[in-house]
Amino acid sequence: MEAQYVDIPEPLENIPPLAETDHSYESISRAVCDVVLEKPMPRPWYPVFGVGNLLLAVLGLSTMYLFYRGLGIWGINNPVGWGFAIVNLVWWIGIGHAGTLISAILLLFHQDWRTAINRFAEAMTLFAVMCAGIFPLLHVGRPWAIYFIFPLPNTMSLWPQFRSPLLWDVFAISTYFTVSLLFWYTGLIPDLATLRDRAPRGIRRTIYGIFALGWRGSARHWFRYEMAYLLIGGMSAPLVVSVHTIVSFDFAVSVIPGWHTTIFPPYFVAGAIYSGFAMVLTILIPVREWFNMKDFITTRHLDNMAKVMLATGLVVAYGYFSEAFYAWYSGNEYERFMMSNRMFGGGYWWAYWCLMFCNVLSPQFLWIKWVRQNPVPLFVASIVVNIGMWLERYVIVVTSLTRDFLPQAWGQYTGTIFDWAAYVGSIGLFITMLCLFVRFLPMISIFELRVQHRQMLRGELR
Amino acid sequence: MAQVFRPGADILVRLMVVGGGIAAGAAALMGWVVYSSPVLTQVDINRAQPVPFSHQRHVGGNAIDCRFCHTSVEESPFAGIPPTETCMTCHSQVLPDAPLLQPVRESWKTGKPIVWTRLNDLPDFVYFDHSVHIAKGVGCTTCHGAIDEMPLTRKVETLHMSWCLNCHRAPEKFLRPKDRIFDVDWEPPANQVEQGKRLVEEYGVTVGQLTNCSVCHR
Repeated sequence: MEAQYVDIPEPLENIPPLAETDHSYESISRAVCDVVLEKPMPRPWYPVFGVGNLLLAVLGLSTMYLFYRGLGIWGINNPVGWGFAIVNLVWWIGIGHAGTLISAILLLFHQDWRTAINRFAEAMTLFAVMCAGIFPLLHVGRPWAIYFIFPLPNTMSLWPQFRSPLLWDVFAISTYFTVSLLFWYTGLIPDLATLRDRAPRGIRRTIYGIFALGWRGSARHWFRYEMAYLLIGGMSAPLVVSVHTIVSFDFAVSVIPGWHTTIFPPYFVAGAIYSGFAMVLTILIPVREWFNMKDFITTRHLDNMAKVMLATGLVVAYGYFSEAFYAWYSGNEYERFMMSNRMFGGGYWWAYWCLMFCNVLSPQFLWIKWVRQNPVPLFVASIVVNIGMWLERYVIVVTSLTRDFLPQAWGQYTGTIFDWAAYVGSIGLFITMLCLFVRFLPMISIFELRVQHRQMLRGELR
Repeated sequence: MAQVFRPGADILVRLMVVGGGIAAGAAALMGWVVYSSPVLTQVDINRAQPVPFSHQRHVGGNAIDCRFCHTSVEESPFAGIPPTETCMTCHSQVLPDAPLLQPVRESWKTGKPIVWTRLNDLPDFVYFDHSVHIAKGVGCTTCHGAIDEMPLTRKVETLHMSWCLNCHRAPEKFLRPKDRIFDVDWEPPANQVEQGKRLVEEYGVTVGQLTNCSVCHR
């Protein structure tokens, strides 16, 4: 079955290869499937899963208490009606953007290095969107009435406010989740069939078999599969831009100083991709280490992701600059006050400067090749960017709301222990889902790796 | 290699997908039907009353004005349920010994009011005021139906918010001239919308404000 090629081309100079070539189709399948079917989980998986579960329990308990006591246990107050909940929502949704970018945009642009990381990034997207989805549910305060956000026919002849960006959000995020799920699942089908065929007879084979939808790998199957995958890819490509644009409208459509700016949509989208790639790196670096996937997720991938991070980081930095510049240039008293308050006063200046350090200064190290190609500094950089992107939303939400137009309405905001519990708990949900994902599903697309392997042997890819 | 599933399994999956869709649709439809059916709305359901009072006899037969019994309808939120004395105004002379009226005489003797079963009961978060509706030209039968034809009183409208909004969004379809408000025989004329618009103007109804939340939910 294995085709023999005599001349394996030399790798490119100065650029690490896309994957190790001393593999066969069989060894690729084994490397990915054995993680799920044969080998025990690597040792660090257990403590990580444990911590994830523990934090998930924190989320569950704090949510129960929240439903019992009401929103008063959070730090939100009169000027600051949007606290951690919206910060976390935007943060998680932003993180989710890497998945679609990697899977759809890079697919359409024939960026072949997506092959080894798209499955993982898409899974991460789904989990991040789930985490994001928790917060509106909790923040409405009356979770039993959450169905009000959907335009359902009802005996009150009431509809949601279609002119509100919060409703656009509902559609943007639910569409995003649905399309991402479809895309991810479609991509999984051939691999689920591989797992079905390799699994021992019994419950595992049956379950993988059900989800493989009778995939036999016939030419007709492949033809339809490729068409469907490309179509869903085409559908999800605009979502990369639209979803976070709409999330930014939550702010930009209002008239609050610091929110009402035209830079918001592109700046939010860039920030989303920035944080998404940071999160992919945060997760992939340990995973490739622990699961021994360095043959497939190579230094090349780290390097490329770091470059995307650097590029989007620069766009984000431009966004910060432009916010500050136009606050001054507009001559608008409120905008100018907002900016100087954000930077120097109001009790949140520390958050602003931390954000500048995390999001503007620290990614500049990514100009250095050594940082881009070394897991440890890159991991640190990705964590710093994650923190920075959280702080960005915190600064935007809190500084603008605490200093509104009327000094009489000013106030302060701090998250309470329950705010933190919900936030940390959502990270627990994320970790738990990721652990389950690597335990039960192939974390890298097997058949795409095989295609890539053949292309590398033929010299079409290096 | 042995197959995991029999060939028929495909059909099963397809059936489950299609059937699941149909089941979800049917469940939604069922929910809607139950929700708007008399099971929940109590429309057109006669409920037991201490005395089988007939509006048909009193309003249709005897042509007694609504306000003879429901005295506060023009000036208070509550239309008013008549005290036993109102009944006895006539029934001390008319049918004084009818066995059906025994609870009325009992109440008169003991001074303990008759406890009627309420039919049109709005939720407590809705502030409804009869007087303003009467003052702005909403007739009794618009909401309470052909009361003069009911041997036993029943609820005729769902009292769903959508029903309230039918009128609050377009009162011109329902408003009557002042002198026809208590007229049980009133039918909307052919030019109702035209006349209604005139009445809206005349009564000073600001239609846009009628759908403000706080008009009913204070």
